[in-house]
Amino acid sequence: MFWREKANLWTLITPPTVWALHFLFCYVVAAIACAKFGRAADLDGTRIVIAVATVAAAGLIVVAAVTARHHWSIGSELPPYDEPTSQDRERFLGVSTFLVSCLSFVGVIFVAMPALFISDCR
Amino acid sequence: MSEATMSEQADLERRRGQEERLGKVWATPKSWRYWSAVNNTEVGVWYTATSFFFFLFAGALALVMRSQLAVPENDLVSAGLYNQLFTLHGTMMMFLFAVPIFEAVAIVVLPQMLAARDLPFPRLSAFGYWCFLIGGVFVAGSIFFNAAPDGGWFMYPPLTTDPELSGIGADIWLLGLSFIEVASIAAAVELIVGVLKCRPPGMRINLIPLYCWYILIVAGMILFAFPPLIAGDILFELERMFDWPFFDPARGGDPVLWQHLFWIFGHPEVYIVFLPSIALLAMIVPTFSQRPIIGYGWIVLAAVGTGFLSFGLWAHHMYTIGMPAISLGFFSAASEAVAIPTGVQIFVFVATMLAGKVIFAIPMLFATGALAIFVFGGLTGVMVALAPFDWQVHDSYFVVAHLHYTLIGGMFFPLMAGIYYFYPFMTGRLLSVRLGKWAFWLMFAGFNIAFLPMHFTGLRGMPRRVFTYPADLGFDVLNLVSTVGAFVMAAGVLVVTFDLIRPLAKKLKAAHNPWNAGTLEWAPLDPGNPWGIRSVPVITSRYPLWEQEGLARQIAEGRFYLPDAKEMKRETLITTVLDAEPVQVLRLPGPSFLPMIAAIFVGGSFIAATFHWWISAALSGVVGIGVIMAWLWTGTAMIPEKASKDAGLDAELPLYKSGPQSVGWWAMFITMVGDGTAFASLVFAYYFYWTIQPDFPPPDATGPGLTYPLLAAAVAFGAWLCMVRARAVNRGGSERRAAQLMATSVLLALASAALLLYAPWTTGLVPTRDVYDATVWVLVLWSAIHLVVGVLMQGYCIARSLAGKLTARHDIDLQNVVLYWHFAAITAIVTVMVIALFPLVA
Ligand code: HEM
Ligand SMILES: [Cu+2]
Repeated sequence: MFWREKANLWTLITPPTVWALHFLFCYVVAAIACAKFGRAADLDGTRIVIAVATVAAAGLIVVAAVTARHHWSIGSELPPYDEPTSQDRERFLGVSTFLVSCLSFVGVIFVAMPALFISDCR
Repeated sequence: MSEATMSEQADLERRRGQEERLGKVWATPKSWRYWSAVNNTEVGVWYTATSFFFFLFAGALALVMRSQLAVPENDLVSAGLYNQLFTLHGTMMMFLFAVPIFEAVAIVVLPQMLAARDLPFPRLSAFGYWCFLIGGVFVAGSIFFNAAPDGGWFMYPPLTTDPELSGIGADIWLLGLSFIEVASIAAAVELIVGVLKCRPPGMRINLIPLYCWYILIVAGMILFAFPPLIAGDILFELERMFDWPFFDPARGGDPVLWQHLFWIFGHPEVYIVFLPSIALLAMIVPTFSQRPIIGYGWIVLAAVGTGFLSFGLWAHHMYTIGMPAISLGFFSAASEAVAIPTGVQIFVFVATMLAGKVIFAIPMLFATGALAIFVFGGLTGVMVALAPFDWQVHDSYFVVAHLHYTLIGGMFFPLMAGIYYFYPFMTGRLLSVRLGKWAFWLMFAGFNIAFLPMHFTGLRGMPRRVFTYPADLGFDVLNLVSTVGAFVMAAGVLVVTFDLIRPLAKKLKAAHNPWNAGTLEWAPLDPGNPWGIRSVPVITSRYPLWEQEGLARQIAEGRFYLPDAKEMKRETLITTVLDAEPVQVLRLPGPSFLPMIAAIFVGGSFIAATFHWWISAALSGVVGIGVIMAWLWTGTAMIPEKASKDAGLDAELPLYKSGPQSVGWWAMFITMVGDGTAFASLVFAYYFYWTIQPDFPPPDATGPGLTYPLLAAAVAFGAWLCMVRARAVNRGGSERRAAQLMATSVLLALASAALLLYAPWTTGLVPTRDVYDATVWVLVLWSAIHLVVGVLMQGYCIARSLAGKLTARHDIDLQNVVLYWHFAAITAIVTVMVIALFPLVA
């Protein structure tokens, strides 16, 4: 799923999809915890769950980034990768996916941060 | 005569013959039949003009509001009318102007940019346009009957669920806009398939114009953003019309659910209108810098990144509803994260301008103006994304200022740039430079005079959506200045409008490719020809007109693919997704009134429902479905007279492809993804109630039991199996047997739908009693309707099969219907799992 020989449009959107699932997961888990255990409840368990999810999501994104880096570095030319060849198509998808992975990684960390600092539901 | 000139002569003859045939095939219908046109060059222009008209209308409403607010205690309009004014202004600007005009411009430009003769489903575009026109006139016209919606453009319940308080306006909003949203989704499907499958040979994924990247992403966003709103609209109408208590706390409902569904749509919506406008800038900036864009990959990052991140921001519109701090934190973090890709795009543009030699023509003037305004709006955006700051300015004029800076800088000014830029390509004439300068400076100055002070009016405490204010609170001068600014800006808009509608003959003729752009839409030597592109070229560069010597001339001489229309049929080339290798010649349908008639009846059904004329609504709907069937029957999945044809350049390409290789299959797939998103939103509603209530299902709930739902799921599964089997059998050549299997599936599907509805009925769930009952009912209804629609499709396939139009080799219809059935079966089975099995676990 995350390691592919060839890049395509699905590999391009894999990292942000991971971000989206991670985001939803964090939001849903916290929302359920706060709704079911009341506003004063502490979030210790939830925060651990979120931490695990964050590590998992970040890990998947890193794998996607490494794959992309692999597609990108076929040959060693620099961008803009605008030749009408399969190689340049591959490199272009690689570099774009790599950039998208970086953004998704930052996004995951950003979203996890509130869980680091906020310890209850108030 | 020498031999060389003789062959030249022959070549000329041949070309003239080709052009004559192409001209006939693609001719625009004459006189009253003109309105049966479906070609992108007509439909796209109507679409653009109509949405621009709605912009003028909504702008006029804004001027009335500004006049009312010019001085304190003014009585130009009543409070009630003011409510209608701001609601209709916001609603029209967002739903009737910003989204449609992006789709409209894309329908005009995209095929030309891709050197396609048209998008793959021209009649669908036409249908979308007529839906838009009918729905738009209905919604806009309501203000003349003092019946416009008045609950704000996000229609928060409980104010709007009360028929006493909101009158018919809310129904007009809900039904009129739902109808238009369907049209928007149709256009999105068309654009996605267009970008992925209709590119010229050689235009690999690393060579496509940036505009196409944006369109692809935005159309994808529409697919996930609009369905939640449609689901919300359904719940909303059920509450208004039949008293199902989705948003009524007394019976377990919750108004906050609407806020979620609305903003899951509403926030991506602002990016849906922003990205296509940025896409225009991504074409304009390189042209006027006379160099390729710097950081193509970064733009793709930005487009993909914003496309995704913008879905994680919705609750920043709900900071004040009392969410737990940690939820606020998540949304705040995502809101700040989205600033990264947004900023990247701005830097890419600035870098490209710095690296090239910028020519400040009118489009470029608007482009720079747009960047300046948008950056300012972005900065206040980062401010309001922080929850504590937002608590202070929420619902104040600060927000009005912020949203107009982003929308006008991020959407309106780029659009103006685009209009100036593309006008010569659409008409062969240039807009006036002198008027353009006037328009720009009037609008730019007027805009800032109007909206900059609003930041301070807001910080001083003036709430939004108030029809007047007392003197001496410190609002007077600021408001007067804002009003003056609004009129100055309006003057600028008038100048542009005047220039646009001035007779063409008075305008300067544009040279070929007047801005010396590099992309294919500027290739045709004479934009007056109806066929779009004379022959479909082979592309080897991101800016073919700059880098491929003599390309425009060779295209015009018909040196490439599809230079002819030998069989007198409209055709375009289909290529593969990643590498754009030609794989098929697609036959396109010609002019027809059917899409218009279908839109009239389907629209009629929605309008009649607004007034609770149930019988007319049902009749109109049935006729509409009939017309759609007739349209499909006569215009789609046609069996070609031969298997393949010579597409030029020695390529022999098939004329018919079915299954995942056909464009129709992809259109169905994409549509069903949207449909699945709407269903997921309904399931979300179920779990939303489950989270907020101590017991869900409530202890006194009686249904829907286990037996009937499980039986329904099993039978639906059987219906699906029959369909899959029918497809295989049909492929194997036993067409009769396939028809029998489909008939069996019809019976099973009907049985499953009946069982689904029977379950809550027999256990006595009453949808008006409690939100639990209503939610179960809405889920089973949704599934049952999908099964019944599946039955209609099966009936259609059986008829096609009997008529000999669906055969072992030509099975597009069956392939697409089976694809639909995958989704329908999943819908039914998930419904059963949620309503019958989940309560056992919970
Ligand atoms: C032509 C210049 C424009 C002017 C003078 C203008 C003026 C206004 C005014 C006075 C309000 C109502 C403020 C209130 O009472 O709360 C408003 C609201 C709004 N405007 Fe504009 N506007 C303009 C253009 C636009 C454009 C181009 C868009 C979107 C593409 C837009 C979208 C909105 C929205 C969404 C609202 C909120 C409506 C609501 O509160 O329900 N406006 N505008
Ligand atoms: Cu937002």
